[in-house]
Amino acid sequence: MNKKVYIGCGAGFSGDRFDASIPIVREFKKIDGPKYLMFEVLAERTLAIAQQYRLKNPEEGYSPFLDSYITPILDDCLENNIKIISNIGAANPMGAAKRIIEISRKQNTRKPKIGVVIGDDLLDYMSNEEILNSPTMEGLDFSNNKITAANVYLGAQPIAEALSKDVDIVIVGRTVDSALALGPLIHEYNWKKNQLDLLGSGTICGHLLECGAQVTGAYFADPGFKDVPNLANVGFPIVEFNSDGTFIITKPIGTGGLVNKATVTEQLLYETHDPSNYLVPDVTADMTNLKLEYVGENRVLVSGGKGKKPPEKLKATICCDNGFMGEAEISYAGPNALARAKLAGEVILERIQILGLQGQIRVEIIGAGSVHFSIDETSSYELPKDGDYRVRTSAIYPQKDQAQQMVDEVMSLYCCGPAAGGGGRGYVTPQSSTASILVERSKVDPNILVKMI
Amino acid sequence: MTLDLPVHAIAHARAGDKGDVSNISLIAYLDSGWDTINELATEKKVLDIFKHLGATKVQRYELPKLNALNFVIENALGGGVNSSLRLDRHGKTLSSHLLHELILPISEDMIPSNSPYQEKFKDTKS
Repeated sequence: MNKKVYIGCGAGFSGDRFDASIPIVREFKKIDGPKYLMFEVLAERTLAIAQQYRLKNPEEGYSPFLDSYITPILDDCLENNIKIISNIGAANPMGAAKRIIEISRKQNTRKPKIGVVIGDDLLDYMSNEEILNSPTMEGLDFSNNKITAANVYLGAQPIAEALSKDVDIVIVGRTVDSALALGPLIHEYNWKKNQLDLLGSGTICGHLLECGAQVTGAYFADPGFKDVPNLANVGFPIVEFNSDGTFIITKPIGTGGLVNKATVTEQLLYETHDPSNYLVPDVTADMTNLKLEYVGENRVLVSGGKGKKPPEKLKATICCDNGFMGEAEISYAGPNALARAKLAGEVILERIQILGLQGQIRVEIIGAGSVHFSIDETSSYELPKDGDYRVRTSAIYPQKDQAQQMVDEVMSLYCCGPAAGGGGRGYVTPQSSTASILVERSKVDPNILVKMI
Repeated sequence: MTLDLPVHAIAHARAGDKGDVSNISLIAYLDSGWDTINELATEKKVLDIFKHLGATKVQRYELPKLNALNFVIENALGGGVNSSLRLDRHGKTLSSHLLHELILPISEDMIPSNSPYQEKFKDTKS
């Protein structure tokens, strides 16, 4: 007999809309059957920042947006048996769980039972030297850097294990995004490790969900060419999964956006390299035989997901401090603005040379295809001589004051640059660089724990 | 008859990033457009479009059942999201660049019926 499992995604990145999950929860209240709400809020850099918070205060280090995501839906989820699965734990999953208990206390809900997955933080069981001496997949030499975060991507099994303890909520740190959906599916269908096609289908399902509304018409609209209705109220995705590994992607009734073969295909290939080898700890998913069918308004049936043996080793991301970036901008508009903007860029580059600031620097002109060309490249776009152009300069230096010096130089164009430059803005931000290493499972597996709170 | 037009007329795209590697999908709206992008959107052409950004290699993957290609472009992101000096550190806008720069011979039947590109063929008829 077919058993349906429902999974919604309420956030696709750290800072995604805080109210997006409310329509999903409203929809779920009408449905019987296992229901899960995932929040994916952890980017590569988010974790390094979260580690800094935890170092300052051991209670912190979970997602700074936790309250904003959890507060609006916690009571409804607990009352309607909607289980929450999230990597909102960031650098401190246990801290996140404790914070959720606090919120439940304030809201007078019943006390949630929370499963917390520990074991992604390599610094807990590997030495700095061991981590830094591992070859990076990018070929970068990180051996002289100071590590700010080192986390291995866990899979879906620990989430499934937590769910087997009858919890309301599962909190993880670094875990592959798609596992937030695969974990519940493994738990509900009791899939074994050798049911590779099902694990592959579940991973593809998670991959389609993990960026929230990017599968339901967001990040898609190109007015006149690809129109999307009511984008301001775009609905976040809901999957109706079937026992045979097929699933329907849809969105809550009454929301904006669009689900069709085109929106699903764009998201399928988003951040995918070889579609026949999509690597996660649980399986190597294969998308190449996937079939998409439009089976109803805003409903796409996905079938044909396959899976192969999972990769032998696990991927980890390490973050290190990497100096400071200065960024500064100034605008030129009206007659001959393009020439004045170009002159401003040349002056900046010459001044940086005079000051002897060593480091990579880039000048680009916003309005002249800045995101595709720097000032010394010929833009392929037709550019009017008169117009509205903004010169942007960026550079990374080891020291904060060097970055500030670069910013100050751009600001000096107020008085020392070409005619009528205005709207100057500049700022300096600390930078971290990341690299990936591969870690033996035998090193990681004994350290994975599911703690209950 | 065909006109040389940006591939934007017959396909849509999305760019993603992993480290210093960009991947850009190219998806034909219609089956008739799929044959053209599959035949003519080559690794070499795509590499030429992104060479000025530092791209060194392009690998193309095909998903014929979905009318889709996936281009994996190495060293295209100025070091990647954490070290790039570019305004668009993820290279999210590179999908638009591909749609603009890749010029292919396009016939009317490859273009969706409601697309503004249909106008280009009306001009040639009058």
